[in-house]
Amino acid sequence: MNSRNRMLQDENPDVARRRAAMAVLARAASEEIAACLEGIALPAFENLREAESGLVMVRGRIGGDGAPFNLGEATVARAAVRLASGEIGFGYTLGRNKDKALMIALCDALVQSGEFAGVVETKVIAPLRTAHLARQQRQAAQTAATKVDFYTMVRGEG
Amino acid sequence: MYVAVKGGERAIENAHRLLAHERRGDRDLPEITLPQISEQLALAVDRVMAEGSLYDRELAALAIKQARGDMIEAIFLVRAFRATLPRFGATEPIDTGRMQVRRRVSSTFKDIPGGQILGPTFDYTHRLLDPQLAEGFVPDEPAMAAALEGATPRVTDILGRDGLIEPSPQGEADRPVGDLTREPLSFPADRDLRLQNLARADEGFLLALGYSTQRGYGRNHPFAGEIRFGEIEVEFFAEDVGFAVPLGSIELTECQMVNQFKGSATEAPCFTRGYGAAFGQSERKTMSMALVDRSLRARELGEEVLAPAQDEEFVMSHSDNVQATGFVEHLKLPHYVDFQSELGLLRKLRKEFADVQGNEELQEAAE
Repeated sequence: MNSRNRMLQDENPDVARRRAAMAVLARAASEEIAACLEGIALPAFENLREAESGLVMVRGRIGGDGAPFNLGEATVARAAVRLASGEIGFGYTLGRNKDKALMIALCDALVQSGEFAGVVETKVIAPLRTAHLARQQRQAAQTAATKVDFYTMVRGEG
Repeated sequence: MYVAVKGGERAIENAHRLLAHERRGDRDLPEITLPQISEQLALAVDRVMAEGSLYDRELAALAIKQARGDMIEAIFLVRAFRATLPRFGATEPIDTGRMQVRRRVSSTFKDIPGGQILGPTFDYTHRLLDPQLAEGFVPDEPAMAAALEGATPRVTDILGRDGLIEPSPQGEADRPVGDLTREPLSFPADRDLRLQNLARADEGFLLALGYSTQRGYGRNHPFAGEIRFGEIEVEFFAEDVGFAVPLGSIELTECQMVNQFKGSATEAPCFTRGYGAAFGQSERKTMSMALVDRSLRARELGEEVLAPAQDEEFVMSHSDNVQATGFVEHLKLPHYVDFQSELGLLRKLRKEFADVQGNEELQEAAE
C-alpha cells in the first residue's frame, strides 16, 4: 500500500472505526463471536462473495525495519456480504474458518449501518475487546514476572 | 534415472493400511487430538509452520499427527497443502518493534529499555529429565507482576541512533520483492530472496552452518544483540475493501546478530548485522539464520568467500529439507531398469578385465 492510501485510512474516522472492529473480531474465537451475535436480531443480508479460504504471503523486513522480504505464507478466510439496506461488509481472518469470516463481514456491514452500529458495538465489539484486553493483560503480567536484572561480575575477583 | 514401474497396487494399498494401523498405535490408549498437539507439542508445531512456510497451527498439528511425528514428512505435507490454495496477495510488512513481547533478551547490554524478559524458556533449566512429567503433573499457576509500561525498542535501533551499527537496507519503493515460490532460484541472489530461503530452511542445516562460522569457517564474530518472541498483528491491504484490513496476530521470533565492524577510507567503522526471523517460537532457528545471513553477506561486505556458509549457491541450494529429502529418498524407489543397464555394463567390463588378465597370464606362462 502506498503512503497516500495509508494517510487516507488514518484520516478517515469511518475507516478507523471499521479497522478497530475488524482487529477485535479477527483476534476473537469463532464461537465467541457467534455467542455475541445471538444477542442481536440480525437484519437480512446476502452473500456478496461466497466465503473462501486462501493464502497471504506474510512479509517481514530485513533487519526488522528495512526493505521487505517474504517470510512465509499464512492461511486466510474471507467473505463479503450486503445488508438489505445496502451496506457492504468484508470479513478477513487468519485461519480457514469461513464461518468466522462471514460473521466478521456481517459485523463490518452492521458497523456501517446507522441502525445497527450502536448495538453491534455494545453487544459484540465491546465485550470481545474487553475479553481480549483481559487475556492480553494476564499474559503481560505473567511476562513481566520473568523480567530479570543481570549483574556483571568484575573479572578476577571472587 | 528413475523409470516408471507398474504393478504392486495391492501391496501398496495394504502397506498404507498397515501404516494407518501403526500410526494409531495401541488402540486401548486414547487417540491424540489436534488441540493436544498444538498446545502440548507447541514447538514442534512452530517448526512445521516455519519450515512448511505456512502459518496455520491446526494444519501443522494435523501434519505432525499424520506423519507420526516425523517432522520433515509433516513439513512436506504442509508444503503440498499450500499448493492447493489460491494466494490473495501479500501482507503489509510487519513491524517487529510493535511486537507484544513475551520474551526478549540481549547479550550485548544488560540494561536495555524495556528490560530483559526471559519469558517461557528452556534457558537456565538443568536439563535433568523430570519424572513428575511422566504422569498427571499439574504445574503451578504462572507468577504475575505489574505489566511493563512503555515500548521495547529493538536493540539495533538503540545502537543505530549513535551510528555504531549499519542501518537496515531500505530498498526502492517500487522494486518487487523476490519470491522463490514463484520464480526458480538464480544466482547471485539478493538478500530478500536469501532471507526467504533461510526462513523456511531446515533448522538442523542452518544450525550446523551457523556453528561452522563460529568455529572459524567464515568467522564473523557475532553477539546476540537481541532475541525477541511474541505476537504481531498482521494487516493485508485488500483491494476490494480499499484499506489495510487487520487479519489477527501471529507468533514470531526475531534475532538480531551484531557482528564485527567494517570501515573504509570514506566510511567510519561500525558494527554489521545478521538477521533471523521465523514463525512461532523458533529461537535456535532464528539465531542460526542470523549467523548464516551475515556470513552470506561476504560478497557485499568485501570479505573473501572461503567457507561453505559464505557460499550462497551452496547454502540456498541445499537448505530446503523437502527438496533434499525428495532427492535423497527417491533413491529407494525402484531403479530396476537403470540398475539393469549398470549391471550389464559392469559385467561387460569385468569380462574384458578377465580376458586381458587371462591373456597376460598365458603370455607369462609362455615366457
